[in-house]
Amino acid sequence: MSDTHAETVLFVRETMLEQQEPPSSIVGPVGWARSNLFNGWKNSLLTVLSLAFVFYLLSGLLPWFFSPTWYSTSLTECREILAGHEGACWGVIRERWLQLLFGFYPSELYWRPILTLILLLLALGPVLYTDYFPPKLLYFSAAFPFLMPWLLWGGSIWMPLMVAAGFGIGYAVFAAMMKVANAGISLFVAAVVAVLWWIFLAAPVANGIASLVPLLPLEPVPSRNFGGFMLSVTIGVTAIGCSLPIGIVLALGRRSDLPLVKVLCVCFIEFIRGVPLITLLFVASVLLNIFLPPGTNFDIILRVMIMVTLFASAYMAEVIRGGLAALPSGQYEAADALGLDYWKAQRLIIMPQALKISIPGIVSTFIGVFKDTTLVSIIGLIDPLGLANAIRADTAWNGVYWELFIFIGAVFFIFCFSMSRYSMYLERKLQTGHH
Amino acid sequence: MKKSVFLGALTVAGLAAGVAGAATVDDVKAAGKLNCGVTTGLVGFAAPDANGEWEGFDVGVCRAVAAAVLGDPTAVEFVPTTGKTRFTALASGEIDLLARNTTWTFSRDVDLKFTFVGVNYYDGQGFMVPKELGVSSAKELDGATVCIQTGTTTELNLADFFRVNNISYEPVPIETNAEAQQQFLAGACDVYTTDASGLAATRATFENPGDYAVLPEIISKEPLGPLVRHGDDEWGDIARWTLNALIAAEEYGVTSANVEELAAAPTDNPEINRLLGTEGELGAMLGLEADWAVKAIKAGGNYGELFEKNIGENTPIGLARGLNALYTDGGLLYVPPFR
Repeated sequence: MSDTHAETVLFVRETMLEQQEPPSSIVGPVGWARSNLFNGWKNSLLTVLSLAFVFYLLSGLLPWFFSPTWYSTSLTECREILAGHEGACWGVIRERWLQLLFGFYPSELYWRPILTLILLLLALGPVLYTDYFPPKLLYFSAAFPFLMPWLLWGGSIWMPLMVAAGFGIGYAVFAAMMKVANAGISLFVAAVVAVLWWIFLAAPVANGIASLVPLLPLEPVPSRNFGGFMLSVTIGVTAIGCSLPIGIVLALGRRSDLPLVKVLCVCFIEFIRGVPLITLLFVASVLLNIFLPPGTNFDIILRVMIMVTLFASAYMAEVIRGGLAALPSGQYEAADALGLDYWKAQRLIIMPQALKISIPGIVSTFIGVFKDTTLVSIIGLIDPLGLANAIRADTAWNGVYWELFIFIGAVFFIFCFSMSRYSMYLERKLQTGHH
Repeated sequence: MKKSVFLGALTVAGLAAGVAGAATVDDVKAAGKLNCGVTTGLVGFAAPDANGEWEGFDVGVCRAVAAAVLGDPTAVEFVPTTGKTRFTALASGEIDLLARNTTWTFSRDVDLKFTFVGVNYYDGQGFMVPKELGVSSAKELDGATVCIQTGTTTELNLADFFRVNNISYEPVPIETNAEAQQQFLAGACDVYTTDASGLAATRATFENPGDYAVLPEIISKEPLGPLVRHGDDEWGDIARWTLNALIAAEEYGVTSANVEELAAAPTDNPEINRLLGTEGELGAMLGLEADWAVKAIKAGGNYGELFEKNIGENTPIGLARGLNALYTDGGLLYVPPFR
């Protein structure tokens, strides 16, 4: 049979055909465009319309955007350069960008906020990217909160050291109390002692030591000189950094079985969430001014930082409570079954999972808080938006509008977009659902 | 909510003002600097330059008072205040002097317990319209849309004016002057109303100022002046007479250029001599150095110089002296004699 078969078939290929490139209409940019943009007449029509719209927008915006006014010194000069054409007046950014970044901080001391920012990134490194930084840098991260105020506000280094000493004293009291009382009472007494130290003793002791041993005194810079993005970032970073731990404590407190703790946490969270941030800022700037005894010099930026932190903490607490609620109760029971006490169970089993679930919410809160810092312009602090108003009050730049907001918006975008990208990275890294 | 907190704060501020009381001048001398409340930025009146130095007409008053009290026009801590925070800042003692284009009104003087020490700018509310609207008087504005800053006295004045003239209008509420400029240029409203000085400053920033006209009607009295806390008359006197000294200096022809020369030795004009401290004891009566007024005038010049430098006809704002001329030139500036 095989012979007859051999004769009936005229040609048998004995080698494999080389694999062909797919036709150019399927792959590459053309193929992509065909399958995504011109897939049927409806799609094609939409694509053409969208392209026309984008072209229309850009043809209006780009000539405005790329205008040769970088070296102008006033709006009038910009108009002379443009000679009747529409165009942006970028001279205002060239002249004022340092002011927008640093506010009224003395220019010869700009290195201090810059150094603070670099150290901030260094301190965040081991916290945010545990894979790439040696764990020992975490000690520096712990020291940074005390280093930051010293670098920014100046003065003697003893004050931040004495504030840090408060934590040491609190811990010592806690350790001593643990021998005679239970953890709750010890923690309470330790907190009271530490707070008393901060309020009544830290400043006199620091001043006393500083007058004897002036160690590394930096030229003091009053809060009034803080402004621009430096102010926003200082308030934002403080609020973000403090609100997470406070929020965790509040979230745990709200789920606590102890009625007193629970009621306190619920009241705090609901009160703060029920009040607009702007009201809290007015309380900080206006009411406290009157209720505090005359002559009290309670720094306005510190007041605002405390208010923004409290505000962010309340929201953070609810975000984290959401994470806690999303955990299957089996996890709690498993922790109990292992014989872990409350704190160990939280630290080893509950929190790592709850926080992971909450990451998008936490980062949203962070971004929201950072952007909310612009509200301080309403109480007369010169944040980037307040500064934009002040710059427009200069006769040379009165009438400049979009350029300043574009610059401010761009800088805010960089900060917020980085936070958002980081949260996506973190979610990918902590992803455990793949098998 | 915002408003009730604010009003509550003001009430408390009023109560606290009586307590804060006495001896501001000693506090200022002890601190070595004057805490002066200014706006967060108003063209010609107060604005920081590229180096962060505050400049402007109101700023000039702060510097003159600092120079008179401390001998140094740069010994001023400028505290930017908003319309909402200015009065509590003063009442609580955060600032010692408020020079923030604040209108002198009965309730602010009496009810809020402040003392206005004088008027450094007589303003009034006006209207600006595009010329193509073809309107030459505010009374022809029946049915117009009006851009107006909310929460200010201008809003109330506007309502009064239209009611008295029995014509209607449609308000377009806006928050800031910058927003008003954009809205007005974009044609969102036919008329923009605010203080005449603000209108002039705004009009000066337009690409084609000639296309817009400020109507002749001024519908309100807005005497803008510096103020201090009620109950500390020594401090009030210092601020009042520093401002008076600047105006008197213009009247007597004392300028920042010739003040040194005139103060070096007594001149033939006894009034100048008493003002500049070469005769009499006026400085000591205020508790200041004999040459307090010399320093105040040297800080930024006399009233006329300050006016010309910051808001006068040679600046982009280009305000005429108008009511703010000396009484000898037909204006309202008339200071009591220095004797």
